Amino acid sequence: MAVDMNKKISKGFWVKLVSAPILMFAFAYAMVPIYDVFCEITGFNGTTSRIQSEQQYVVDEDRKVGVGFFAMTMGGFPVQFGPKVESMEIVPGEFYTTSYIAKNNTDEVVIGQAIPSVAPTDAALHFKKLECFCFNKQVFEPHEEVEMSLRFVVDPALDRRIKDISLSYNFFKLEG
Amino acid sequence: MTTATATIPHGVHHHGPEKGLMRWIKTTNHKDIGSLYMWFAFAMLLIGGALAMGIRAELLQPGMQLMEPQFFNQLTTMHGLIMVFGAIMPAFVGLGNWLIPMMIGAPDMALPRMNNWSFWILPFAGGILLSTFFMEGGAPAFGWTFYAPLSTTFAPDSTDFFIFAVHLLGFSSIMGAINIIATVLNMRAPEMKLMDMPLFVWTWLITSFLLIGAMPVLAGVVTMMLTDRNFGTAFFDATGGGDPVMFQHIFWFFGHPEVYIMILPAFGITSHIIPTFARKPLFGYSSMVYATASIAFLSYIVWAHHMFLTGMPVAGGLYFMYATMLIAVPTGVKVFNWVATMWRGSMTFEAPMLWTLSFVFLFTIGGFSGLMLGIAPADIQYHDTYFVVAHFHYVLVTGALWAIIAATLYWLPKWTGKMYNESLAKIHFWWAVISVNILFFPQHFLGLAGMPRRIPDYSLQFADFNLISSIGGFAFGASFFLLTYIVVDCIRNGKPVSARPWKGAKGLEWTLDAKAPYHSFNTPPSRALIEAESQHSA
Ligand code: HEM
Ligand SMILES: [Cu+2]
Repeated sequence: MAVDMNKKISKGFWVKLVSAPILMFAFAYAMVPIYDVFCEITGFNGTTSRIQSEQQYVVDEDRKVGVGFFAMTMGGFPVQFGPKVESMEIVPGEFYTTSYIAKNNTDEVVIGQAIPSVAPTDAALHFKKLECFCFNKQVFEPHEEVEMSLRFVVDPALDRRIKDISLSYNFFKLEG
Repeated sequence: MTTATATIPHGVHHHGPEKGLMRWIKTTNHKDIGSLYMWFAFAMLLIGGALAMGIRAELLQPGMQLMEPQFFNQLTTMHGLIMVFGAIMPAFVGLGNWLIPMMIGAPDMALPRMNNWSFWILPFAGGILLSTFFMEGGAPAFGWTFYAPLSTTFAPDSTDFFIFAVHLLGFSSIMGAINIIATVLNMRAPEMKLMDMPLFVWTWLITSFLLIGAMPVLAGVVTMMLTDRNFGTAFFDATGGGDPVMFQHIFWFFGHPEVYIMILPAFGITSHIIPTFARKPLFGYSSMVYATASIAFLSYIVWAHHMFLTGMPVAGGLYFMYATMLIAVPTGVKVFNWVATMWRGSMTFEAPMLWTLSFVFLFTIGGFSGLMLGIAPADIQYHDTYFVVAHFHYVLVTGALWAIIAATLYWLPKWTGKMYNESLAKIHFWWAVISVNILFFPQHFLGLAGMPRRIPDYSLQFADFNLISSIGGFAFGASFFLLTYIVVDCIRNGKPVSARPWKGAKGLEWTLDAKAPYHSFNTPPSRALIEAESQHSA
């Protein structure tokens, strides 16, 4: 039973062995903010962008793009909700205003948050909103009907192959 | 965990095992723990298999026959979880425990106490997972990929137990991986350089790095689920600013490396068995090492090929498509090396070789269907159909499981000192290989025709192929009784063998006694012995 072949594991090696999994656990959490930033920059996942002021674009009046408006609500959301006009024909580079109508049919105050999504995803980055009810949470008084406005522009940088864009909102209920 | 665990406790060192049940509970011996892992994995394989029989019984005919849809969903979910985390992964850890110290000329694993822990966590995790079947609301029913919000907002209460079980399983695998890294890097015979190591050791070393990188991410994602469910966070809840699609990104960042965790050790096993029965050194040893390492690296950057349908910009789809295709290159290198090893070899076809040859062939079919799935525009048609089911069963059943069975038969003589019954093993092989193809091949056609996966009923045009698939499934399931008999019969009544029962076999493990002694190498093997036993130099 000659030599004891068990070399001791050095402290530095232990530190590496144990810290690697801990770091990867932290990395899983780091993916959350990374993902948000990534979506904002790339329009991944249909994330629309927000602009602060009306900027001037070079407009090609002959170019037309169809925009369809859609609405969804998550299970249990008691407010009726839908677009005022279902589709528009727009010229990229020009600003448009439209609205969604919501009616709270209950006796209670309902608070909701709308989450937008644009398809195809390659259009998301170029769909820019100046004003949107999705920027803030919305409070619906009992039996109140409200018109919520939306002002947007489609950047002419949009790929010319894209002829139709759809914008959908999904309303979620917020607690209290 | 202190450095004290790094040495084998005295007293145990020079003696045989303790007697009775306590031997198994307290054991720190790599062979005992290897056996425990293997038996645990086998038990889980049978349980997971029984669940699959339930699935195939329901799908035997169109219409709802036997169970509520909700229960069907529980079956598919638990089948997947048990097979992945309970059967395949522990079986490979068991093989690693048994074989790595013997292959690198070490007496035991580097961290024997931790080894004991990482095994004994498993039965608890498995027990918790299985117990969810008996809870109110039933077992998890959201698929083994547990996508949010199905697994958060709409999940049964038992989900919290599922989360705890996944945490435990993750701990166990991470500790196992740390142990293997420490063993390979610290306990190798002083005369053995890294590029002398047999491929099973190499593939396990690389797999350990994948485990350390991927399992903590899995732990992270289930922790987010846990806090979303119980503590008011909103990682995956759009109401609170979260995003369910992000769940899929984090899950697949773990999930794709995970599928390679389940196949790299199988590549290693194959690289041992083919040279033995072709009686030629392994072709392209170093390219095998580099191919394994590149597969491991690439496996971290292709995850969104599981998500082509979540709405991705074209550039994203293109990137993930090309990156996915890239993995086929090192994988192809391996397949070519195996074939080149056989080229002009004096081949014989004992059972381990039969399993390995069919592994090469059938795994490659799985690789090809993977390539088809990796084509982003084509995946729009294939995604979430039985084509995906066929793909991953070819790579996991006729891939990973095939290699595990081949390895068991190949090294069983070394573990027991006895030989299994070769003619029964051949019958079993042909039974399994025919039935598994009857089971899974028609699922390609079902998927191409559009049959969705994870649905308990189907329209009439899918009836014939489902009937065939179910019949194959029952036959395949039954083959495991024969496998059980072959293994038990070998342990009980097998004929004693010599130290090297396979004539063409090389490797340090074959220099040990016929039945490997309780402690493998008490004196490190010499340089001459290492070179003589190298499987890759002529
Ligand atoms: C050439 C190599 C491979 C390629 C190109 C590939 C590609 C793919 C793709 C694109 C998918 C997603 C299909 C879809 O959901 O629409 C997929 C699914 C899957 N692959 Fe592979 N694959 C390969 C090898 C493997 C291996 C070696 C394994 C495991 C040992 C594996 C296990 C799986 C599993 C489990 C799934 C399904 C996950 C699920 O949705 O439940 N694949 N594969
Ligand atoms: Cu994958």
